[in-house]
Amino acid sequence: MKSLVVSDLSAWFGRKRVLRSVDMSAEPGSVTAIIGPSGCGKSTLLRCLNRMHEEVRGARAQGKVLFDGLDIYGPGVDPVDVRRRIGMVFQRPNPFPTMSIFENAVAGLRLGSKMRRAELQERAERALRASGLWEEVKDGLDEPGGKLSGGQQQRLCIARALAVEPEVLLMDEPASALDPASTLRIEELIQELKSRYNVVIVTHNMQQAARISDWTLFMLYGEVVEYAPTKKMFTTPEDRRTEDYVTGRFG
Amino acid sequence: MIASAQTGAAATFGRRRLKDRAFTAFLWACGGVALVPLGVIAYYVVRRGLPALSVAFFTKTPAGPLDPSAGGMVQSFIGSGLIVGMACLISIPLGILTAIYLSEYGRGRIADAIRFVAEILLSTPSIVAGLVVSAVVVTAMRSFSAIAGSLAISLLMWPVITRATEEILRLVPQELREGALALGLPRWKVILRIVIPTAGAGILTAMMLAVARGLGETAPILLTALGSDYVNSSPWRPTDAVPLRIYDYARQPLEALQQVAWGGAITLMVGVLVLSIGARVLSARQERRLR
Repeated sequence: MKSLVVSDLSAWFGRKRVLRSVDMSAEPGSVTAIIGPSGCGKSTLLRCLNRMHEEVRGARAQGKVLFDGLDIYGPGVDPVDVRRRIGMVFQRPNPFPTMSIFENAVAGLRLGSKMRRAELQERAERALRASGLWEEVKDGLDEPGGKLSGGQQQRLCIARALAVEPEVLLMDEPASALDPASTLRIEELIQELKSRYNVVIVTHNMQQAARISDWTLFMLYGEVVEYAPTKKMFTTPEDRRTEDYVTGRFG
Repeated sequence: MIASAQTGAAATFGRRRLKDRAFTAFLWACGGVALVPLGVIAYYVVRRGLPALSVAFFTKTPAGPLDPSAGGMVQSFIGSGLIVGMACLISIPLGILTAIYLSEYGRGRIADAIRFVAEILLSTPSIVAGLVVSAVVVTAMRSFSAIAGSLAISLLMWPVITRATEEILRLVPQELREGALALGLPRWKVILRIVIPTAGAGILTAMMLAVARGLGETAPILLTALGSDYVNSSPWRPTDAVPLRIYDYARQPLEALQQVAWGGAITLMVGVLVLSIGARVLSARQERRLR
């Protein structure tokens, strides 16, 4: 398990600066939550952590993101390798519509490496068990992934991200498009995953951050306002703005 | 008071219902009028063309001057297959690659320029495409040929495939590309294994529409492949095509030849119809899957 250390990270969409010299770190074995009002740059920060930010036209980033001591923005670093090791789950479930549940679960392995069918099956089962979906789909692995419910689709996407065995898991509001029961299921899942993964999660739901994270980062207008253990953040924050936000006075 | 309000409301609803009915009837009539020409064409082509269809029509070349029968147009079918087939080999890969470039990589001036060229070609009169290929290729080869016809047809098919495929690739949700990239897959693999299969049937539809267009073109083939009374399978020699033969025979005073022209018309129409219906069926299936 590897740590992520961000220093002096800035990001732009065209001329618009959306991150202003952010510093943060995410420790292995813990869940780090990024909170803040809409448009504060929390998703952008997350997407900078595995170089997905630059996939948007006109977007760029500058600064350092040290992953296990190595700068992922350093010269000669291939973003493909970075993403292979730092996985990501998106806001809306996005299973591949042409693929079955099985094919979705091991998509990264099937398309990214030459693996024998037997091994793929084993990896698919392991990933689906880890995402808590196995019992529900084990009899219909050849069904299309799009036939599942929203919550199941999201757990399929988590399985897909876990199957390539990343070292960090980034989650961008993974439960915001789901119903309360599915949300609960995803939250429990994050608790199970944190022992094995370094999890960074963006959420607009403060109760969720308080429930599941160990560390919380509060952002406003592209800047980090406060970064502290979650318990402290929600009880005795240092910054006035943090207190206003977590007590629901704005945002 | 209440009673008068009620009758007032009833009158209002009555008027609205009447307007609704009148307008609905008007729209149906418009739709019907639009269908009339299509119906007339189909009726005429079937009535005149059906009697022309025979085994000889599909298997014989045109009869000699001493033969009282009109013979068939097998050379036209083979020629059309040859010309459009080669045009497909040229324009389909080129069109799809251009579309992938435009939708997945293209930004800035080069992409805009390519899009502009495709747009212009799409609205270029087909005889101009024939004229250009005739001036360049036919002159250089010193001979009319099937390949020259294919090049002219390619000029017309390429923009159809490019623009239609680009539109379809853009319909593939960005989230799927991001989901695949986030698994650590290189971009080319994401395009090849995720984006294209997702757009699959749509791309096939674009191809079929382009083939349908290519099959029906007359003018560019006239100036490049010329036409021929003999079966030809060589790309380098003058070659016949179905629309060309129709054009030729339809201007002849002989009833028998005109009949063969109608036979060509019905086969061409059915061929294009089958391709269009195939395209529709495939794209309907595609929409269901993406929904």
